[in-house]
Amino acid sequence: MSAAPSRQVEVAALERVANRVKRFEFVPCDGQPLPVFSAGAHVVVTMREGDRVFRNPYSLMGSPFSTDRYQISVLRAPESRGGSAFMHEKVKEGTKLEISQPVNLFPIVGTGRKHLLIAGGIGITPFLAMMEQLKATGSPFELHYGMRSAEEGAYFERLNSLPGVHIYREDRSERIPLAEILGNQPLGTHLYVCGPQGMIDWTLKTAAQEGWPEDNVHYEHFAAPPPGEPFLVKLAKSGREVKVGAHQSLLEALEQAGVDAPYLCRGGACGQCLTRVVSAEGALIHNDHVLTDEEMREGKLIATCVSRGTGCLTLDL
Amino acid sequence: MTKMFTSTMFKDETFRDDYTFANSPESIKRFPFPFWEDQYNYSVNIEPHVPGPKGSVYEFPIDIDEHYVSDMRDRAIVLKEDPLRVQALPHMMTAQWDTLELLMTSMAEAYPEHFTLNRNGDDWHWINRPLGIEDRFRFGDAATLPYEPMEYITRQCQGDFAILDHRDNNLWMDAGIATSQADWSLDFDIGMNFMEWHAPVPMAHDMGIFDRALKFLLAMQYGSPVRRLNWTMTINPRLDTSPENYHKWGKDRASVTPENVGDKVHLRVELQGLWRLPRSNAILFSIRAYLLKMRELVTMPDHARRFHRILSTLPPELAEYKGLTRYVDVTRDWLAQYDDGEPTPKGFLFK
Repeated sequence: MSAAPSRQVEVAALERVANRVKRFEFVPCDGQPLPVFSAGAHVVVTMREGDRVFRNPYSLMGSPFSTDRYQISVLRAPESRGGSAFMHEKVKEGTKLEISQPVNLFPIVGTGRKHLLIAGGIGITPFLAMMEQLKATGSPFELHYGMRSAEEGAYFERLNSLPGVHIYREDRSERIPLAEILGNQPLGTHLYVCGPQGMIDWTLKTAAQEGWPEDNVHYEHFAAPPPGEPFLVKLAKSGREVKVGAHQSLLEALEQAGVDAPYLCRGGACGQCLTRVVSAEGALIHNDHVLTDEEMREGKLIATCVSRGTGCLTLDL
Repeated sequence: MTKMFTSTMFKDETFRDDYTFANSPESIKRFPFPFWEDQYNYSVNIEPHVPGPKGSVYEFPIDIDEHYVSDMRDRAIVLKEDPLRVQALPHMMTAQWDTLELLMTSMAEAYPEHFTLNRNGDDWHWINRPLGIEDRFRFGDAATLPYEPMEYITRQCQGDFAILDHRDNNLWMDAGIATSQADWSLDFDIGMNFMEWHAPVPMAHDMGIFDRALKFLLAMQYGSPVRRLNWTMTINPRLDTSPENYHKWGKDRASVTPENVGDKVHLRVELQGLWRLPRSNAILFSIRAYLLKMRELVTMPDHARRFHRILSTLPPELAEYKGLTRYVDVTRDWLAQYDDGEPTPKGFLFK
C-alpha cells in the first residue's frame, strides 16, 4: 500500500522562516496540477544523495485548494539522520525532488462543532492548512500556539495578528493555560494537538482529566526515528541480510537494500509498516504508538519505521 | 453524427413491468463473471482499480455501457417514488463535490463523444449528450446546480454510490444514492459505521474478514483506487431490488420453474470501486450492478460449466443470505445440462 504513484516536483522558492526552519515551495515538473488535499495531510519527500536515500514525511501547510504548488516547512533536526540536513543544506531553488501523493492521518473531523488546535513549535504546520479549510467551511476554531520565542516560532508574524489565534512565548514565561481552555469548550468540540512528544502527552493527560471523550482528541507527531546501536536484520523469505546503522531506521536500511517494504506515516502512528518478527537474538526496542503493551511484550511484530533491535532480528520479509 | 451514434449505441429497454432488458452479444462477452475457479470460496479479492483491456468493464474508471440511458431513466423513476433513496448528512458537502469532480472528469475523459467538461477555475460547464443535459455551474456552490452535487452527477452515472466519512478509525456511511441495490437500504444504513452495516453477513465476521478489510480501507491513498467483484442473483432483470420495494419483487423468487430459468434467473454482479477523495479525505464506494440472464450465460460454455459447479458448492447459509434459497436448486439443475464435466480454464473467464 505504500506504492501510490509519486510525483516529481521542483523547488520554486525557499526561505528561512525561523531559527532552524525553512519553508519550501514545490511545483510539479510535468506542469499538471497537483491534487487538492485535505488539511492535515502530509507528503513523503524522497531525497537522494549519492546512493543514500532519505524519506521524510512533512505536513502540507499551504491552502488545500491550491493545485499549482505545495508548501512544507522543515525544522533542521539537531541530530539529523540526513533528511532535514539535506533539505537545509543541499536543496536550492530548482532542485528536483520526488513526493508521494498526500496522505492524511490527521484529518479534521467533519462532524465537529468547533475545532481547538494546539501547536508546539514546528507542529504548527498542519494547522496552517487546517485554518484555511476551517475558514472555507465556516467552522469555528481556535489556535493555541506555543513557541520558545518569536525568533524560534515559525510564522509568528503572520499569525500574531489573526483573530482566533493565541500565541504563548516561553521567553516571556507564557504557557498555554490548557486546563482552563479545555474546561470551557462547547459539547462537540474536537481537540487536535501537534508538537513535541512532551506537549502531546501533557495535552492528552489534561484532556482526560478534564473529562474529554477519547474520540474527540486527535494528535500527530512526526518524531524522527530515535537512533541506537547498529544491528543486523535477516530476511526470512529472501534469505538476505541487511545492516542497520546507528543513525538509520530499520525501514531506511530495508529501502536502501532495495526491499519494497510497506509504510505510510514513517512516524510509528499508522501501523502500515508492521512486520512479523520470526525470531530475535537480542531485544526489540519499540518506539511506535500502534502496538499495545502486550503486543510489545510478545515481540511478534515490529514497526520498521521507528523501532529497532539489538543483535540480530529475523523478519518475515 | 454524434446524435445518430448515440441513439444506436444506447438501448431503449425496461428494468420493471415488461422487463425488456437484454444484453447484446458484446455485452455478454464483457460481463464481469466473478468466479476464477470451479468451486465457491469466500474472498475479499480486492485489487488495484487500474485500466483493463479495451472494451472490458475495467477499461475506464467508470464504465458506461449500452444500458446507460435506460438505467438512468429507471433511477429517475425510483427517486420520484422514493426521495429517501438519496441522502447526504450536512458534513458531507465537501465529499459530494469530490464525488462530482471524480465522476465528471472520468466520464468526460473516457467518453468524449458523450460527455464534455469545460473548467475555467471554479466555473464549470458540463454537457451530457445521451441524456440531453447541459449546465453551467460554480464548483463549490451547490445553489448553482438543480440538485446537490452528488445527486446531480449520480442521476447521470450508472451504479449506486456511498460516500464513507473517515473518522474515529472507522468509516461512516454518511451520504449515498441507492436505486439499483441488492436488498440493502441507504435509508436504513445512513450514519452507520463499517462494522454496523456489515453485521448481517454470515461467516465472514468469524474469519476476521471485516477487520482486515476496514484496516485496508483506512490506509487507502489518494491516487490508488481499488475494486472487487461481488455477486448475487435476481429474478427478472430488476435493478431496484430494495428492501423498500420487497413487496413488489420478493414474491418473484417463487415464480421460477425449470421452463423459465433461462429468461427469469439473472446472475447479478457488482463491480465495486473504492476511491480516496482528495478534499474531504472520505472514501467513495461505487456499486455498479451488471445483470446476465441464464440464457445469455449458457452461450459461453465455460461460464455455464463453472457457474453450475459454483451453485453446487455454495454453502446453504450463503444461499440464504443472498436470498437464493427458493430457486437455487432449480437453477442448478437447469444448468446441469450445460455441464459436461470437462475442465475449465484456470482463472477469470472474462478479459
